[in-house]
Amino acid sequence: MGTNLDIKVHHLTRVEGHGDIVVNMRDGVLEKARLEIVEAPRYFEAMLKGRNFHEAAIITSRICGICSLGHQMTSFKATEQALGLEVSEQTVLLRKLLVHGATIQSNVLHALFLAAPDFLKVGSVFPLVGTHPEVVKAALRMKRLANDIGEVVSGRAVHPISCVPGGFTQLPSAKSLAVLRERLEKQMLPDLVFAADVVATLAGEIPDFTRETEFISLRSDDDYALYDGDICSTDTGRVPDSEYRRMSNEFIVPHSTSKHCKVNRSSYMVGALARWNNNHDRLCPEALGVAAKLGLKPGCHNPFMNTVAQVVESVHCCLDAMAILDRLLAAGIRDEVPNQDPTRHGTGIGATEVPRGILYHEYTYDRQGRITAANCIIPTGQNLANIDDDMVKLVPEVVDRGEAAIAHLLEMLVRAYDPCISCSVHMLDVKFTR
Amino acid sequence: MANKPRVGIFDFTGCEGCELNQLNFEDQLLDILEHVEIVEWREAMDGRSETLDIAFVEGALSTPDCIKRIHEIRRKSKVLVALGACAVQGGINALKNIRPIEQVREEVYGQDKYLFPTLPALPLSAVVKVDVNVRGCPMTQLEFLKVFTALVMGKAPIEPGNAVCTECKLKDNECVYEKGMICLGPVTRAGCDAQCPTFGQYCTGCRGLVPEPNIGAMEEILVAHGLSMDDARKKLQMFNANQLEGVS
Ligand code: SF4
Ligand code: SF4
Repeated sequence: MGTNLDIKVHHLTRVEGHGDIVVNMRDGVLEKARLEIVEAPRYFEAMLKGRNFHEAAIITSRICGICSLGHQMTSFKATEQALGLEVSEQTVLLRKLLVHGATIQSNVLHALFLAAPDFLKVGSVFPLVGTHPEVVKAALRMKRLANDIGEVVSGRAVHPISCVPGGFTQLPSAKSLAVLRERLEKQMLPDLVFAADVVATLAGEIPDFTRETEFISLRSDDDYALYDGDICSTDTGRVPDSEYRRMSNEFIVPHSTSKHCKVNRSSYMVGALARWNNNHDRLCPEALGVAAKLGLKPGCHNPFMNTVAQVVESVHCCLDAMAILDRLLAAGIRDEVPNQDPTRHGTGIGATEVPRGILYHEYTYDRQGRITAANCIIPTGQNLANIDDDMVKLVPEVVDRGEAAIAHLLEMLVRAYDPCISCSVHMLDVKFTR
Repeated sequence: MANKPRVGIFDFTGCEGCELNQLNFEDQLLDILEHVEIVEWREAMDGRSETLDIAFVEGALSTPDCIKRIHEIRRKSKVLVALGACAVQGGINALKNIRPIEQVREEVYGQDKYLFPTLPALPLSAVVKVDVNVRGCPMTQLEFLKVFTALVMGKAPIEPGNAVCTECKLKDNECVYEKGMICLGPVTRAGCDAQCPTFGQYCTGCRGLVPEPNIGAMEEILVAHGLSMDDARKKLQMFNANQLEGVS
């Protein structure tokens, strides 16, 4: 049958940054189905060169406003490893608390503000203010509280202030942490359960599409790994983060200002669904209960379920944040200053899970504590090849639905990945000085 | 008011943190939506619009396509607001301007550097007329709300011209210089309530330079506090690389 398709979604909406969906089919033969990344390149490597270790996280957090906290954490880990800066247990707990706040904030924003309108067949969250006010209000309350975690612990939710390499310039009071603990239990948890119920009612709208792929995320023995862990692939298991280049393997394609990645197959997926597939056994029972309710099962290969996985892990993040706060409050907040006296100089790697997937930073420092080489590999860049592969499988399956419906489905697909196109186009150095 | 102002929100080269901060008005968002009609916002909604009363624009201009788009936005908007350090001064992006652009492109894309056109990162005001600045990296919500209210009421918002140090003193902060740190508060435009020193950090100058900044004196202070002249310069460049080239 001679089907012809010509789809071009110029500047995809409800994602961060600029991308175009392009599909061409001639006489039933798919010539092209892909996401073209047209975001302006930003050249962060050029900005980092020669900068000292106090500035690295300040600069790299500007790669992405939504993941600014994640970039900071990953940056600190790389810097601290390179310079031999040990941090206290209190610092690690506070950082994990920040990571939970940032994960909840981003996941809720995506699931309820950016993806839900698709399932309710509207073009944005704004009409939902009239038709589903209680959903919008719950989402706003959750976002507020998630942001408050950032504000209380680090001074500001977007581009945090007080967390620095080696620790914190200022510590939150025990009282403010106790208030957070109370609000998480009394407000966040019920709101999340409500959000899960809302998603459950929309579950029938989630497209039934699967494509076997490789999933890569962090994994650790004692945690649902977000702040720290080994790199883990569903195909080949666990390796230390020193192998991150092999486990990302960037290359340039002409249709994208952001580099693509592949490891054991032509593509792999990172993000909440990858974390779920790798680490569901590390989730708390409440989160597993929500997963069961939403029909999310281990070994899920439907990328549209990424949004569901985001809701599930938010429940875990909320409960784990409460547990961390209990530990901090039981021990009492100890006054301490950041440890910023380097004991060595060289290369350090940080690998952290940010909402959209695994993020790597690697820096090399000279004896003056200045950066001589840097590399960052961002989750959305890692997902791009997987998105293209999904499109190539999906388009022929739905080809008789007509161009408009296919275009909409492809937009939903891309949005399900929660892509952060602006940060995928940071483009850091890939060459290292020997 | 008879007709609600029609508002568009746009982004160029930046991290979209300022846009995110607009979604972070959890307590006021529903009220804001009562007073305006948001007709174009790619990050949050589908659809485009041909005429606008107010355009909020985030990000620096860094490609030929950016230049084309900002002209279109200017043409269809009555008031154009630059949102955040990238749009107002070029922000962090302008750090790429201090080295030869060809070298920068090659370091990142190697022999594929010609695939992706690029320009030095510029503030909006380098290309079109900007009516209002909302400063900061990210812009503060309080300031955005003030500017927004003024615009909706048809008034011109006022930009602070004093230095961050004055706000820091008003907050009774211990000056971070007393703690052996350095700070750009003396040459940075106020309006953030000295956020960073209040949280024990130094001011990195995200709100841009005060009018007629004394850069020489600032460099001397930094050098007196242990920085080399080169490092002092680098500190000042962080958010103000474009302006420094112009002022010194
Ligand atoms: S901490 Fe910075 S902003 Fe505050 S008074 Fe000192 S120099 Fe000025
Ligand atoms: S203190 Fe300085 S760096 Fe911090 S928000 Fe204010 S102007 Fe920006």
